[in-house]
Amino acid sequence: MNGHLFALSCALITLVFMVELLRRRRLREKYVVLWIAVAVVVLVSAVFPHLLEQLSALVGITVPVNLLFFAGLLLLLVVCVQLSAEVSTLEHESQTLAEETALLRNRVERLERASGAAPGPPLVADPDVSRRSTT
Amino acid sequence: MASPLDRRVLVVLPAWNEAESLPTVLTEIRTHLPGVSVLVVNDGSSDETSALARRHDVEVLDLPFNLGVGGAMRAGFRYALAEGFDAVVQVDADGQHDPRDVPSLVEGLDRSDIVIGARFAERGEYEVRGPRRWAMRVLADVLSRLARTPLTDTTSGFRASGPRAIRLFAVHYPAEYLGDTIESLVLAVRGGLTVEQVGVAMRARSAGRPSQHPAKAAVYLLRACLALGISLTRRSQMLVTAEVAA
Repeated sequence: MNGHLFALSCALITLVFMVELLRRRRLREKYVVLWIAVAVVVLVSAVFPHLLEQLSALVGITVPVNLLFFAGLLLLLVVCVQLSAEVSTLEHESQTLAEETALLRNRVERLERASGAAPGPPLVADPDVSRRSTT
Repeated sequence: MASPLDRRVLVVLPAWNEAESLPTVLTEIRTHLPGVSVLVVNDGSSDETSALARRHDVEVLDLPFNLGVGGAMRAGFRYALAEGFDAVVQVDADGQHDPRDVPSLVEGLDRSDIVIGARFAERGEYEVRGPRRWAMRVLADVLSRLARTPLTDTTSGFRASGPRAIRLFAVHYPAEYLGDTIESLVLAVRGGLTVEQVGVAMRARSAGRPSQHPAKAAVYLLRACLALGISLTRRSQMLVTAEVAA
């Protein structure tokens, strides 16, 4: 099998897969963009193999494949950082939600006491997450 | 000692699995600080902490999972802000802080926005050695310079916050490692709040031992410096200075 053809089909499959995930709302657009960009880059370099050589000559890399490796690593790094940033945002949001539920629970309890209503069930801490400390 | 009683003071105890020591601490607070409101923030404990606190007839915030001291305290500050308290005093639930020192901390709020109960100042028998000691020295020096006041024990969790500090911390209270002590001070000073310290006696924890292992202490030193360095380089526009000044 022709190497170019193989790369071409891989890139096409990735592209279709990403669009499909997006279409089914399994992935949000902001996470898909990077992967679609990868697929497009692979697609372009499969169709025009000389582009990679010209580009590596331009930035001073002798072996074109090294440019590919470098670009690939860089891209994975960017994706990892993006995900870490998203996780941090989520942690921050879940912290705010946890505080808010605690404050609301307290408010409900005080209203119950004031009105003489029967108290609700106590909070059951989730053992799977209660060990997760920020330290 | 008239001024501490003029203020509406809320004692906040962040508690994570402190069922052993919490009852003693709560009883002490009741004895030495009658009429002071107490809030226990149960930080996702898996033991009896929440139930025990309720039995002592204090307000309880139940966090559904562990947020760390920073998250627990921010919840406490939000509660204080919503309920209109003028002062929040953070007291550890492990019994290392003496409730009898609370009035002198609250008294300091007449002069400053934040009063730290320092374990090295004047009295108390508190001894740390090795890297942990150096870390505390470096932190103290840097923060003293920043706050323009001598601070010797910046990692003390025993502190009182006045109305302006409550307004700041209800929105911005760092939940990072050591954020509740070091970063919150940087945040406060950057936000134009004043800080001072008073000496307090420090007691051994009634349950559990502090870590003094050299490797752990070294990690502590590194993380403390990182936390300090990062918070010093952070842009101060992120603060709600205008809101605090209002």
